[in-house]
Amino acid sequence: VDISWFVVLSAFIFCIGAAGVLTRRSPLVILLCIELMLNAGNLALIAFSRMAGNGEGQIFALIVMVVAACEVVIGLGIIVAMYRRRLPIDVDSMSELRG
Amino acid sequence: LFFEQLLFFVAGIGAIAGAVGVVTLRNPFFSVLALVAHLISLSVLFLLLSAAFLAAAQVVVYAGAVMVLYVFVVAYVGGADEDMRHESTGWLGILGPLFALVLLVELTIAVVGSGLSVLDTRGADVGAGFGAPGQIGELLLTKFLLPFEIASFLLLVAAVGAVMLARKRRGLEEPPDTISVADLVRSDAGTQKEAVRG
Repeated sequence: VDISWFVVLSAFIFCIGAAGVLTRRSPLVILLCIELMLNAGNLALIAFSRMAGNGEGQIFALIVMVVAACEVVIGLGIIVAMYRRRLPIDVDSMSELRG
Repeated sequence: LFFEQLLFFVAGIGAIAGAVGVVTLRNPFFSVLALVAHLISLSVLFLLLSAAFLAAAQVVVYAGAVMVLYVFVVAYVGGADEDMRHESTGWLGILGPLFALVLLVELTIAVVGSGLSVLDTRGADVGAGFGAPGQIGELLLTKFLLPFEIASFLLLVAAVGAVMLARKRRGLEEPPDTISVADLVRSDAGTQKEAVRG
């Protein structure tokens, strides 16, 4: 399988994730769509790593996974805090950072 | 190799179907399950790219740990079905998918149309140890030592932040003059209407 197939697949998944971020309103689903986009980036990084023949792209992908895990933890913590304060779980009505 | 192509298409279709499921399913719980299917398909693709360690990490860390966290939060918040009629309101509901489509066309042109003939390869010849834990660990501890340390520090910061965000509001005594993350989640700052309207 050529590398270009993997890159095109990664572009597809990235665009599906972007469409989800732009259209959905639940912050939980938006976090899931951000995961989709990050994973599409990971797929492209690993494909290029395979093309170049050294493992440096895989290190990049590993760091991206770490950052994604941190982002998930903080995002889910914010959602739980929103739920505790009886705020609506809806990004359209949460338009300000001020508590 | 025929088997390799078959595996690529099966895993690719699984990955795209999982991604579409994440975006379109109404219940957040089913979205999480679709993402798990997507991640497992992606780990098969990683194996095809001979990134064995990352495929294992994808399954263990992502499809295992992170998704369990998601399932817990969905169960806690109460994964009620979203009202899809209110999902796409006004111009945002039209412009959102439109922007995604434009992005897809642009990316496809960039990848396919630009004549990157270097992409039409099976990749460089790599040995058996490519993508194995040994190679990844050696790179992490020699060439990429600084990103490795920064990543560990980032994980520490995220863990502390999650504890601060998710703990009970009056669970711990804290000095009233300090400004901390807890101020963001304190309940007596205003009513819900004020918080929503600003």
